[in-house]
Formats: sequence, C-alpha cells, structure tokens
Amino acid sequence: MGINILKQKSTLPGLHLSLGYTIFYLSLIVLIPLSMLFIKTSTMGLREFVDVITSPRTLAAYRLSFGASLAAGLVNIIMGFLIAWVLARYSFPGKKIVDALVDFPFALPTAVTGIALTSLYSQNGWVGQYLYKWGIESAYSPLGITIALIFIGLPFVVRTVEPVLQELDAELEDAAASLGANRWQTFIKVLFPNIIPALITGFTLAFARAIGEYGSVIFIAGNMPGKTEIAPLLIMTKLEQYDYAGATAIAVVMLLVSFGLLALTNFVQSVFSKRIGMN
Amino acid sequence: MSIRTEQPWVRRALIAAALVCLALFILLPLFVVFFNALNKGVEVYFRSLNDPDTFSAIRLTVITALVAVPLNLIFGVAASWAIAKFDFWGKNFLTTLIDLPLSVSPVISGLIFVLLFGAQGAFGPWLMEHGIKIIFAPPAIILATIFITFPMVARELIPVMKAQGSEEEEAAMTLGASGFQTFWRVTLPNIKWGLLYGVILCNARAMGEFGAVSVVSGHIRGQTNTLPLHIEILYNEYNFTAAFAAASLLAMLALVTLVLKSMIEFKYRAELSARDGSVGAFAGVAAGKMENHS
Amino acid sequence: MSIEVKQITKIFGTFKALDDVSLKVETGELIALLGPSGSGKTTLLRIIAGLETADAGEILFHGEDAKEKQTKDRSVGFVFQHYALFRHMTVFENIAFGLRVKPKSFRPSEQQIKEKVHELLKLVQLEWVASRYPSQLSGGQRQRIALARALAIEPKVLLLDEPFGSLDANVRKELRQWLRRFHDNLHITSLFVTHDQEEALEVADKIVVMNAGKIEQIGTPEEVYHKPVSAFVLNFLGNVNLFHARVEEGKLSVGTAPGVQEPAAKIKSAKMYVRPHQLSVTREPLSVNSVKVVLVFINPAGSSVKIEACAQDGNNFQVEITQDEYKALNLAKNDEVYLTPKKITYSEYEI
Repeated sequence: MGINILKQKSTLPGLHLSLGYTIFYLSLIVLIPLSMLFIKTSTMGLREFVDVITSPRTLAAYRLSFGASLAAGLVNIIMGFLIAWVLARYSFPGKKIVDALVDFPFALPTAVTGIALTSLYSQNGWVGQYLYKWGIESAYSPLGITIALIFIGLPFVVRTVEPVLQELDAELEDAAASLGANRWQTFIKVLFPNIIPALITGFTLAFARAIGEYGSVIFIAGNMPGKTEIAPLLIMTKLEQYDYAGATAIAVVMLLVSFGLLALTNFVQSVFSKRIGMN
Repeated sequence: MSIRTEQPWVRRALIAAALVCLALFILLPLFVVFFNALNKGVEVYFRSLNDPDTFSAIRLTVITALVAVPLNLIFGVAASWAIAKFDFWGKNFLTTLIDLPLSVSPVISGLIFVLLFGAQGAFGPWLMEHGIKIIFAPPAIILATIFITFPMVARELIPVMKAQGSEEEEAAMTLGASGFQTFWRVTLPNIKWGLLYGVILCNARAMGEFGAVSVVSGHIRGQTNTLPLHIEILYNEYNFTAAFAAASLLAMLALVTLVLKSMIEFKYRAELSARDGSVGAFAGVAAGKMENHS
Repeated sequence: MSIEVKQITKIFGTFKALDDVSLKVETGELIALLGPSGSGKTTLLRIIAGLETADAGEILFHGEDAKEKQTKDRSVGFVFQHYALFRHMTVFENIAFGLRVKPKSFRPSEQQIKEKVHELLKLVQLEWVASRYPSQLSGGQRQRIALARALAIEPKVLLLDEPFGSLDANVRKELRQWLRRFHDNLHITSLFVTHDQEEALEVADKIVVMNAGKIEQIGTPEEVYHKPVSAFVLNFLGNVNLFHARVEEGKLSVGTAPGVQEPAAKIKSAKMYVRPHQLSVTREPLSVNSVKVVLVFINPAGSSVKIEACAQDGNNFQVEITQDEYKALNLAKNDEVYLTPKKITYSEYEI
C-alpha cells in the first residue's frame, strides 16, 4: 500500500504514519483555508474582480506597498551587507551580543515595533524632532512606512549574506592578492560576485515580508486612503466593511505577486549558483 | 598585517558604521519601549499593568501559544521524519507547501479563516445554526496563530535531521530496537537542541502575532484580546504608558527568546563541530586510499 | 550460521547496483567483499542485514528465507563504516543498547547487562573507556566499541562495512591483524566490505571480488591473486604490466627482439598481463619476449627495488626486483635494459 510513492525503498519505519499525518495537518491548517481565497475569487465576476484591483485606491495601496518595500529592501542590501561583513570578518568586543541583536526584529512582536518606531520618529520623538526640523516627515508618511519595513527586513539580508561571507574560501583572497590585486580590487572582482546570489535572496526575503507586513507599519503609517494606506490595511478596511469579495481580490493579487517573486528568486539564484558553481 | 584584511582605519570605520546602524535601528526602538514604559516611574508602570483586561489578554496569549506550539511541534516532528529520512516523489513540492504560510501576509492569514468560518463564510451559516462561535472568538485566534507559526518547528528540524543521516537509526535497528524505541532513544536525543530552538522561535511568534489575530479577533476587551491587540487598543486610546508597559512585557519575551536562542546555538554548534571534526579528520585518509592498480 | 545469497538484483533509479548476484558463505568463514566504489559491495552487505531490500532474489539464513524478517529480528551484527555510535550515550550505554531494547521477557537484569558489557569491553581491550562518550575516543577505539556493541546481541552473523576505511594507515594495519585473531577465537560467520586489496588478502579466508554489480571471482586470497579469472581481478589485486603481443608469421611474441615463439596459428593478437615482480631485468635480451626499455625512475627504498621503465612505443612498465639483483646489475636512471616476463599471470586472446 502506497509504497510506490517512494523513490527508494527504505527499511526505516514510520513513513506512512509521519507522511500521512503531515499531509493531513497541512491540508487542514494550510491548504483548505488558503484555497478559500481562490474559491471566493472564482465566485466573483471577472469584471468585478478587475474593478476592485484597478480602483484608484487599490492601485495607490499597491504602489505604496511595493514602492516602500522596494526602497526598504535596497537600504537593507547596503546596511545588511555592511553589518554582515563586519560580523563575518572582524572581531571586536561585544561581537556576540551584536550578533544576537541582529535577530531582534524577528523576535520583537510587530505591534511593539510599531509603537516604538512611531514614538521615535514622530514630530516630538527622539529622532523625529531633528528630522522634522529639516522638513523631513518621518512619521505618518511613506518615509515612515519605509523605516518600519527597513527594521523588519534587516535580519533577512544579514542572515543570508553572513554565512556566505564566512564560508568563502580564504584562498581566493590570497590568490587574488598574490596576483597583485589590491584589497579593493579583490573585493570588487573576487568577493563581491560570490555574494550576489545571497544578496538577491536576502533582498527578496525582506521584500516579500515587507509587502505583507501589517503590525509594525500601521502605527507609523498614518493610514490616509490613497496616500499612506498600505495594501494589507486596505484588506482590513474592506473586511471591516464586510466587503469580503473586495478584500479577497486584493489579497489574491498580493499573494500571487509574492509567490511569483519567490519563484523568480529561486530561479535567478539557481542560475547564478550554477554559473559560480556553489550550492 | 595579513593580506586578508583591510587597513586598521578602514576596519574601524566599517565596524563603527555597522554599530551605528544597529544602534539606530535596533537598540533605540528597544530602549524607547522601556523608557516610555518607565517614564512616569516604576509605580505607574506596575499600576498600569495591574488591570483585569491586561491580565485576560496575557491569559489568552498564553493559552493560544500553549495550543499552537505543541500542535506545530508534533507536526514538525512528523514532517521532518518523513522528509529527512525518506526519499519520495513530490518531496520538494511538499517542503515548499510547508513553507507557504511564511510568505502569506498576516492579514491574509486572518482573512482565510474569516472566509471559512465568518458569517458569510463557507461554514458560517452551519456554525451559526449550531451556535458555535469561531470567528471573533478564541478558536479563530488560535487557528490563525497555528497557521502563522505552522512551519516554524519543521523548518528547524528538517535540516538537523537531514544532516544527521540515518546511520544511527539503522544501527539501532540492527541491534533489535523497534521503530518507537529507535525514535525515542536515538533520534529524539539527537535532535533535542534543534527541537528546542524551533519551539522557542515558534512560541515567540505565536505570542507576538498581531496582524492575523487582529483580523479574526473582534477586539472585545477582556475576551478576545491578546496582548499585542491590547497594546493597540491602549495606544489608540492615548494611554501611552499602559501601552508601552504592556509592550515592555513582549519586549522582554523577545529578549529572553534571543538569549535562549543564542545559548542553544552556542551549545548546538559545539556539539556539531565536535562531531564534524572527528569524522573529517579521518575521512581524508579514506579518500586517498584508491592506490596500487595501474 | 551460513548465509546464502540467491540471484539478488538491486536497482537505484537507473543504476543497477547489484545484477543477479549469488554467493554462499559457510558457517564460521571470514569473507571479504572486495571491489572499487560503486561495485555494489556495500549494497550487498546492507541487503543481507535487511537495511536495504532487494528488487529480486532471496537471502537464506541457515537455509531459511529471511525476506519476512525485519532488520531488528535478523540478529545480525552490523559495524558501520563511520561506526554510527550513539553520540549522546556513553560507551557503556552504547554497548548496552541492544540488551536494553529487548522485549521485557527477554531483557537481562541490570546486573547481567553490566557483566555482559564489561565482558565485551574486556574482549575488545578497552575496559577503561566505559564512561566516556564516543567523541572522546580515537578512531581505532570507536571501531572496537562499534564491534563490541554489535556483539552484545550475540549475533549469528557479523557484517562490517569498510571496517578500517576511516583509520590512519598504521592503526589500520594493527586492527587488521587484531580482527583476524579475533575471528579465529570467536569463529562467527563474518563478511566485511573493503576496497583495499591488501586488507582483503591479509585478513580474509575467502575473497569475493566485485565489479559493476557483479561478482567477478570468488576464491581464497591465493587463488584470486595468482589465478585471476579476469583482467579486472588481476588489475584490482596489485600492480600489473600489460604486454601487447603481436603475431608475426604465425608466431606470437611480445618482445622487440626478433625470434621464434610458440605457435599461435589461430590467434590474431593478445594481451599479456605480468606482475611487476615477475619481470626479469637484464642488460642483454634473454629471448624473443624481451622488451627494450629505458629506466625512468628507480626507488630503492624498501624491501624491494621499484623501477619504472618506458619502452620505445611509449608503453610504461613497473618492475620490482630484489635489492641483491639491483646491486648486481648496477642500474642507474636512463640505462637501457631488457625486460622479460618470467610468468604470465593472465592473458586475453583475440581469435
């Protein structure tokens, strides 16, 4: 019974029990609920669906969500790379604590992040008071949203780049140096190309997380329809108005975009890895 | 000076820049939570925590985690056993499906349960007829939390189990152990750190989840509020000290999580490198052994 | 207990790991499964242990079909290549494991377990490591503990997968002899897998040479070394030189000097294989089969002198001569000499 699903017969016990339970629980918790999105969408007319997702308010929300996520992702590439480099390459007092702190945005509940950042970046906040003096609105604005998304996305870049930097063969650098490259040339021509796949992965993970982020953003966002209303919040608003179909339509588009992105990254990364010959 | 590193001043500048980034983006928010919570004195801090609604929010948060984490733990063990120890068709696809909830927005994670169990949802009318309340009640909060934290134990366990291979299990079987004895006496002790690691991360996420829970909760004070939702309510009522006081509890949970996580990583790494080192030292000899035939 | 393997076939995906393999092991024998990696030897061992299932064929333990028996019921002692010691248990607990997992009615008392474990530790001469963890042992010690653990369940058959593969060269030599003596005392039917011909020749009663999923030859060490049945076996068991023999005017010869050889009416060409120590080195050609070569490398360190020589046609030869011969001939690099086969170990003819 069922043994033909195995590519290779095994004598270890428990496959049917463990795999059966895995599929059962997966279906119950993930697959059936998620499929509701598509079932619900299919009950909408195509016209209705297109109307919802192309209404000015929805488009503005998408634009804001993707734009802020992109900006935050780009900032995180630079900042994340810097931190990963320092953690992987140098030793300094307190490094272990700094290394543990990088994961803090993963561990901190998003609501706490939200109110903490808002209090820092609003007009009388510790940071905001200076920024506002320069005419930079750091809260209740797209910039504020971006700041929150930088916070939650930073660990993704650091944690994907750091191990790659650590595992890079030191002989590569020695070889480059022995061939007469200076430190900067070694970095640009030898080290950096090896890190690109990790950077792309880190960026996409941060970006995908940022698109869907809710808790840390809504406090600092301002939530003005058409201006500072992110797509997840728009879903929430539609739900509160009992517009389930509208909420679902927006959600389906977001979901497909994030799945598409992850698939694209996997593809890009596999192409890169093959070329460079790394896993 | 080694050729593998930069000039000292470059090094120092880079370290300084990285530390400034971390301080600005990570330490400062952490600090401001405790500062705002304790701003008006320790007495005010404790008074604002000493509130029946806060207590009931903490209670619901703990209950949610107590249901969600063990369920995802059992699933994690089953899934990683199947995926790490066997080679079957569709395994990569299954792994992708398991990771799916991580790429779903929290709001959408809540939405799908509204679509299932809400008044207009697939099972809504039936549930209403039978007087069962799921949405805007604790069951939906727990369900959404399970969904959000679904892969967190499995993700940690699969690589650990894969790395360990099946040799010790096979050895146990040649020595006459049954499947259950093999799992209990050989597999489980070997994955305990990975397991604990997954549980800690899963728990942190379960207790801190906001978006998904927010969609399905209904925000009824004292009844369907978890601690993160309670923070939002307090904050929106301009009761900042109380909001930050509640937030400080979750911030402490995050800190404890990080400390435990780092400890496990330290411990587990030591265990791993001890084993790898000993195998690696001998593997080289075996590899160089094909000699003596022309 | 005897083991009989009957027409076993095992396929991994598109790779045929074992192809219709049959083998009989008599009670008390010590057998080596020898072959290059990918030859199927480990797969065969794992199938006998029940860790792998065959796609076709059967295994008989003492004449009884073992198909229905799971690994845990086969009472087979298996020593894994990397030992697979339980990392989280002490040496004592590792050895006691097989006793502790027995069904309650068969399980020995704590006192009996203690005695048994110490008896086994004494047997492998490692009594003082009982409370250590596997990571605190050297490779050779782990090897012996793995053996003691396998013996704890009093197996009827002992299977060892590359038992010395992960050890340093000198430890390996020592353990080989130890295993040989150990088997002589215990007389338990044993099979071990190795890719090292020296190891197989030194330790085993009988050698099973495997290649590409098939058995090439089964025989005593002497038989497989001196009377190989195929070029593969010959090549695998020690160095060998290849002579391409020509047929001229109905005579077969390998040398560069003209002359008469045995009649070979029907043969077009032949490959002759000669072991390095079965070549004589002379300053003048000895016969028609003498080949003129230039010495390219001489290594006089060791019990014999190893010489590499090159013929005019680019063919390379490896020669082993005694120190006395070397001194008598007074050889030096770049000397021109003649090589003559004393004995052809194996030949292939094209008719």
